[in-house]
This record gives sequence, structure tokens and C-alpha cells, in this order.
Amino acid sequence: MNAPLPTPALLATRAAQRGTLRSTALRDSRERLVRGALALTSVFSVGITFAIILTLAWETFHFIQLPEVTLSDFLLGTTWSPLLGAEKHFGIWPLVCGTFLVASVGAAFALPVGLISAVYLSEYARPGVRATLKPVLELLAGVPTVVFGFFALTVITPALQGLCKLLFGAPIFPGYNATGAGLAVGIMILPIVCSLSEDALRAVPRSLREGAYALGGTRFDVSVRVVVPAALSGIMASFFLAITRAIGETMIVALAAGGLAHLTLNPASETQTMTAYMVQIFLGDAPAFGVENLSSYAVAAVLFTLTLGMTVLGNVLLRLFQEEYE
Amino acid sequence: MTLHNPRTMNDVHTPTSSSLTPKPTVGDAPALDAAGVCIQAKAFNAWYGSFQAIHDLTLDIPRQSVTALIGPSGCGKSTFLRWINRMNDMIPTARAEGVLTLDGHNLLDQGHDLVELRRRVGMVFQKPNPFPKSIYDNIAFGPRLHRHMTRSELDDLVEQSLRAAAIWDEVKDRLHASALGLSGGQQQRLCIARAIAVGPEVLLMDEPCSALDPRSTASIEALIRELRNQFTIVIVTHNMQQAARVSDITAFFYEGRLVECGPTDGIFTNPRSKQTEDYVTGRFG
Amino acid sequence: MTGAPRSQTARALRNRGFLTLCLACTTLAVLSLFLLLGSVFMQGWHGLVDQEAFKAVFSEGHLSSIPNLIRWSFFTEYASRRPDAAGIRAPLLGSVWVCVTCMVCSLPLGVGTAVYLEEFARRNRFNRFVELNVRNLAGVPSIVYGIIGLTAFSRMFGLIGKADGQPLQFGDPDSFFSLRLPFGQSVLAGGLTLMLVILPIIIIASQEALRAVPKSLRQASHALGATTWQTTWHVTLPAALPTILTGAILALSRALGEAAPLLVLGIPVFITSTPQGPMSNFTVLPFQIFNWAGRPQAAFHDLAASGIIVLLAVLLSFNGLAIYLRHRLQKTSA
Repeated sequence: MNAPLPTPALLATRAAQRGTLRSTALRDSRERLVRGALALTSVFSVGITFAIILTLAWETFHFIQLPEVTLSDFLLGTTWSPLLGAEKHFGIWPLVCGTFLVASVGAAFALPVGLISAVYLSEYARPGVRATLKPVLELLAGVPTVVFGFFALTVITPALQGLCKLLFGAPIFPGYNATGAGLAVGIMILPIVCSLSEDALRAVPRSLREGAYALGGTRFDVSVRVVVPAALSGIMASFFLAITRAIGETMIVALAAGGLAHLTLNPASETQTMTAYMVQIFLGDAPAFGVENLSSYAVAAVLFTLTLGMTVLGNVLLRLFQEEYE
Repeated sequence: MTLHNPRTMNDVHTPTSSSLTPKPTVGDAPALDAAGVCIQAKAFNAWYGSFQAIHDLTLDIPRQSVTALIGPSGCGKSTFLRWINRMNDMIPTARAEGVLTLDGHNLLDQGHDLVELRRRVGMVFQKPNPFPKSIYDNIAFGPRLHRHMTRSELDDLVEQSLRAAAIWDEVKDRLHASALGLSGGQQQRLCIARAIAVGPEVLLMDEPCSALDPRSTASIEALIRELRNQFTIVIVTHNMQQAARVSDITAFFYEGRLVECGPTDGIFTNPRSKQTEDYVTGRFG
Repeated sequence: MTGAPRSQTARALRNRGFLTLCLACTTLAVLSLFLLLGSVFMQGWHGLVDQEAFKAVFSEGHLSSIPNLIRWSFFTEYASRRPDAAGIRAPLLGSVWVCVTCMVCSLPLGVGTAVYLEEFARRNRFNRFVELNVRNLAGVPSIVYGIIGLTAFSRMFGLIGKADGQPLQFGDPDSFFSLRLPFGQSVLAGGLTLMLVILPIIIIASQEALRAVPKSLRQASHALGATTWQTTWHVTLPAALPTILTGAILALSRALGEAAPLLVLGIPVFITSTPQGPMSNFTVLPFQIFNWAGRPQAAFHDLAASGIIVLLAVLLSFNGLAIYLRHRLQKTSA
């Protein structure tokens, strides 16, 4: 009897049965092991958050236990003089004020310029222009902050002084001032505002634009009255994240804003931010467990709370925006 | 993609002997020759969240034949297919009840070893999805997962699988070139070869030709007819002519229910149900 | 119809006016970058170029002097009180050491977390919390990470060794394989601190890279009987690797430019040795630049500018590498 010629499929099935089966027990235990290890790595990131919160809370607690400090003085006081004078004062407001002064100058520059640039890139610019400008802005985002500090110190402040001398006959701005540092901070956060806002604008569906054009809108009408409002939560998120960066920025203010903590909103004055104070403490050889050292933990706690709040808000807005258009 | 279904993880990780020892099918299993039935559904219901995709399905799929599942979009045919190799476990809201057996083992058992199941049940998807690796590595992917093989055994298996999928002659000179360089039809045949290389008993095909041009479709259909001597093939298709051309048995689904099932010739020439007749003659769907 | 139609000229004018404003703002943004780069270059190039060789090449046309154009002493000398003798040898090598340490620590952790969140984790409350937590960590100022690094790595919460006394030392302090507890101002402490800064960046970038891998590839792999880890290791990770690497390079350039967290650790400004191992003391380029820029003398400002040019050149080449990787990725996956 002639056996029928084996089909290719039969041959393949036979070929697939060769060799020995791998151990399923080994496979399963490896799978469990890997899964556990990976879960551990993600727990690590949660651990970082807890480490931050516990460390800052613990040391801040020690700080307000010190005889020269009280909690009400720290939270409500308007004088910050931990290093100078016979009597030390630890009122956080001058540092908060300085931080907001610098961040406001930066925001006043970066938010409008960044948003309008974003509108241009997303609504007006030809693809070629956009393709060249976006990498340029990304380049700006990659510049280390110490470089912006150097720029503030050697270019922006002298330019401000020169401009004022020309206009008013006096330099007005001292060598260290809030405006110079603030403008440098503004340039630093500009790409964040621009890039994130542009993403938000481009995520607005085409149909919305086409609808507005079909009603006879000019490009201005469509961009400003339709697209920008539609992307508003995304734009606000970019603002929040940029301001958070401005508040936490350290090297620029340490170089260009000065070291004088006082309660003022005058942008031409020398000022000290929370971050700059920490730099001052850690650069000077403050004893590891002295009052100055502990005060920097308390300042860090305030800074962390502030930026965390802003980031959470920004991320909530971003999620709202993504839910709207996904 | 993430795996949300708690069952997925358990099943992949905990092999149980229950899947290896044959279990008697439910008490009132039909007397129909058990050797001839490969896949059997009884009172099978499936849901996505609160939406019931399949209602009370009872269906026998015979061994070494081509069974076509047809019906309009959303009728539950793809859902059923994806329960046979439990791909639905990746969808967090998907769940099923009832009996769905492969050679008498209930596939819905909590402890069923998914890896073992998928070694026995291969699947070909709607869009060809070769890995961004070489042709050789695509075919060798499955065997390497499951077996220790010598280099020459693996080489031979790759060749035989490609031959079985009728693509060997086209690719034998470029086995180590990227699979992404192949045409759509070639990619789909590669995916069939990749499924065959694991040595399955069942091949599930989810609209395997819907993304292909007519010529590639013809070659895949010829291949399916050839493969049915070796495998139990279940194919989901939108294309009635295709079902008529390739299948031995056709099951018509409508709104999550099995309307009619029988030899393909009968379904197309002499349907029992009015709905089936309307669908196969193109009056709706 | 009621009401007068709006003036068409006013609308057109507003349209044009807004376009002008747009152009002005975009120009301002681009201009600030060029002003920044230009001013730094003008101040810093003297420090990097050998003046005699420069004269020989450009005014006398001696092309043979081209190899001597770069003032190598700037790279080979340690910092000095005399601006003309100062160089960046210690901070340059310190940056390399600390960044390599940082990447070695942060890549496995970051990619591991991303793989867990994207491939393994179920959508339960804890995993959503982890994900949210990572997003929020990305907004924490780097100086806060510096304080955590100081407390956890440099001082180890004051638990090991005496606070003001001697640290515990294992092995020969001058060799590569030695250990000092707490880590103090060592390369390892610096690298771990920078890891805290860039970990959220790496996690988020890796998550996005994994998310971009088509679902169909994972399905194909699962349908062939691969487990989740086998699918991840053999299919998903290789497909996502170029994008992950691009993100990692951008994170690395962030680490390379950071000065604040290391400043908090108390790393020295003036150091006349280069790191020999993870326990060596070190300084980094951005911190050296900060120090020079903070001095009143203009000569040190020029040194800072020269240092910035070197730093930016390194960062730029990293960015170029990232862009190249992204392009290659687009080509191979097309």
C-alpha cells in the first residue's frame, strides 16, 4: 500500500514536535520573579516621595522646636535675618515675596510671549518654518540654568542699567536685582510655555477650525476666538508647569538676584528667593545641625508644598484637557 | 497595552494539572462521536462590561475542517473567536460564562494554563503583524519560547513552516532580512507560518484577508484549503464569497446569537432561517 | 437685518496686526537664544583658542598651526586663583564620572518602573497613585532633591558613622573598590542625588515609548504563547528601545547641566584631583561655572563663558545624538 505523500503542513507539524519542551515551572517562577522586581522599582518612586515628605517634615519639626524659633513667627513673620545681627528672625514672608517677585517678572515675560509664539507656530507658520523653529526652542530648553544665570549677570542687568541711564540719567538697577534674574527665568521657561501650549493648540480638532472658517472667520478670529479657548485647559496647564519651574529655579537667582531678603515688590531691588537662601546656607560652611541648616529644611518644606500644589493643579488641568480631546 | 484582567496574570503564572488531565465534558454532552468534535461551546455567554456580546451559544466545531463564522459587524463572531485562545483576557471588562471546551477541557477554568492553550491554538490577525525582526526570527519566535531545539532542528522547522505557508520560495534567499520589507500578502502568510511553527492543532483566523488585495486574498484562501487537512481552522470573515469558497461548515451569527450552523453548501443554497437568507443574499449586513 | 455690518477693513487690520505681534514674539524668543549664545561665545572663545596660533592661521596664513588652535591647557589644568592658569580638568572628569554613575543607577530603575506600569500593572488604585506620583515628582525643584540627597546619601540620616566624626571606611580609600558610609561628598552620593532628579523624566519618557509600540505586536506575541515578560523582553522593549534611549539622553543632558542639587551636597569648588572611584570627591562643570560667574573679576567671567561653551558643546552633541536616534527609529519602523 502506498502511503500518501506527506503534505507540507504535516511536515511542519512534525518538525514542530522536535526537541524537548521547556519547563513551565521555570518559566512561571521567572515570570513571578521579574514581576516582583519590577513592582519593587515602581515602589521606589513612591519611596522617594515619602522620603521627601518625611525628611522635610521631621527637620522642620526640629527647626520650630528650637528656642529661637516659633511656628507663628516662621509662618507670619515679615523679617528674615538668620545670619546677621544679634537677634535672629525667621519669618518666611520676605523669601516667599522674593520668590514671587522673580517668578512674576519671568511669567510676565514668558507667558504672553510663549503663548503668542505657540499660536503662531500652530496656526500661522508654514510647516517648514515650524520644523525649524521648534528644534531651536527645544535647544533653548536644553540650556543649563547656570548659563541663564551667567547671562542675567553679564548681559541682562548691564543692558537694563544702560537703558535706564539712557532714559532717566541713572542706572536705577543695582548689580543684583529681581528684574534681571526674573527675565532670565522668563527666557528659561519660555520653551516650556511655548512647546506645551503648542501641543494643546494642535490637539484641537481640525473640524472646529474648519467650522469657524466656514462661518467667514479670519485667521485671527479662528485662532484667538475658537482655537485658544478650546485649548484653554491645556494652555493653563503649561502656565502652571512653567511657573512651578520658575519658583523652583535656583542657579539663576543665586547668581543674579542678590542675597538680601526683604519684604518688597519693587522689581528693581535686590532680593532673595527661597532657593537662593538655601544656596547661601549650603555654600557657606553652616554647621550640619545648627539653626541655619535646619532653617533651610523649613524653607525647603515651604517650597516643596508650594511647587507640589502647583504641579498637582497643572496635571489636573492637563488631564481635563486630554479627556476633552481623546 | 496593559493587562488589566486579574485572571490573566494568575493564569499565565500558575500552571495547574487540571488542564493536563482530561476532564469529562458536561453530563449531557451529545452522543455525537467525541473524537470528531474539537471545540465545543455549550450555553456560552460573553460580556464586555454590562454589554452582552454573546447569548447562550451552543456550537460544535469539528476537527480538521474549516469553520467560517459569518455575520454583520458586532454580531459576536470575533468575540467568540478570541475566547477560544483567551485573547479576551487582555480586555479588562471582558468575561464569559458557560462551557467552552477544547478536546474536552474547559477553557474557561480559572486554572487553565494560557501558555499551553496558545501553544495548541494559533491565531492569525486581521492586519498582518510581523515583529520588527528578521523573517527567520519571526518564525523561530514561538518555538524558541516553548522548546529546546538544536540549531539544525530550528532551521528545519523554519523551512517547513514557511513551506507549509507557501512562502518559502519567495523568502528563502532573504531569511535574515526584516519581515517588514515583505508585501502585505507575504506578511500575512508569514504570520500563518509563524503560527504553524508552534505546532498548533487549531488555527484561528480573524478576517485574515480584510487588509489584503484580491490576489493576496486568493493565495491565502488557497493556503487555508490546503491547511485544513492538518489543522482545525476557525475563520471569521465578512466576505460571504470567501466563506463559501474556503469553509466546510458555516455558522451565521446575528446580534450575539447563533442563528444557523451547518454544512456551507446548505447555508448558502438552502438556508433554513429567513435572516440567514437575507444576509447571504446581501439584503443586509 | 439689524445693525451695521462690521467694518471689513478693521477686521483685516486686526488680522494683520495680530500676525505682526505673533512674528514679533517668535522673533523675540529666537533672538533671546541667539543673544544668549552670542554673548557667551564672545566672552568665552578667547579662553579656548590659542591666541598665537590664531594669529598665525588667520593673519599670516600658516595653515600648519591649525592643530594648535585649541588651548588645551584649559582642559588639562586644575582650577586656580590665577585666571590665565585655570582649567576645567577636575570638573570635566567629575561631570563624566557623576553622570555615568547617575545613568547606571537611574536607567534600570526608570525603565523598570515604566515597564511595570505599562505592561504588568492592573489599573488599580495603587498603580494609579504610582503613576500620578511620578508626574508630580517631575515638578519638584531640583534643589529639594539636593536636600534629600544630602540627608539620605551624604549623611544617611545621621544613623551611620558619627555626625561630625569619622565615617565608616571599608577597603583602601584610594582604590576603585572601596566603600565609605555615609557616602559624604562622593561621586556615588552625587550620582544618586542626580538620579532622584532625572528618574521621573526617564520613567515618563519610557512610558511614552512603550505606549507607542503597536498593540498588535503584543497580541501576536501573546497568541504564540509568550508570557507577559517574554513579550516585553523579546518584542516590546526592543521596539521601544530607540525612543527610550532618546529620552535617556535628554535626561542625561539634564543631569549634566544640574548644579543646584550637587551644591547642596557640599561638593568642593576647588579640587586638584580627579575621581578614582565611586567614593572619590569630585566637582562638576556647571558648579565650576557658577563659582567663576559669581566672582567679581571680569577675567573669571571669561573663564565661566569658556566653561559654558564646553558644556553647551557636549550638550549639543548629546541632543544631536538624540535627534539622530529618533530619525533612525522613524526610518526602521516605517
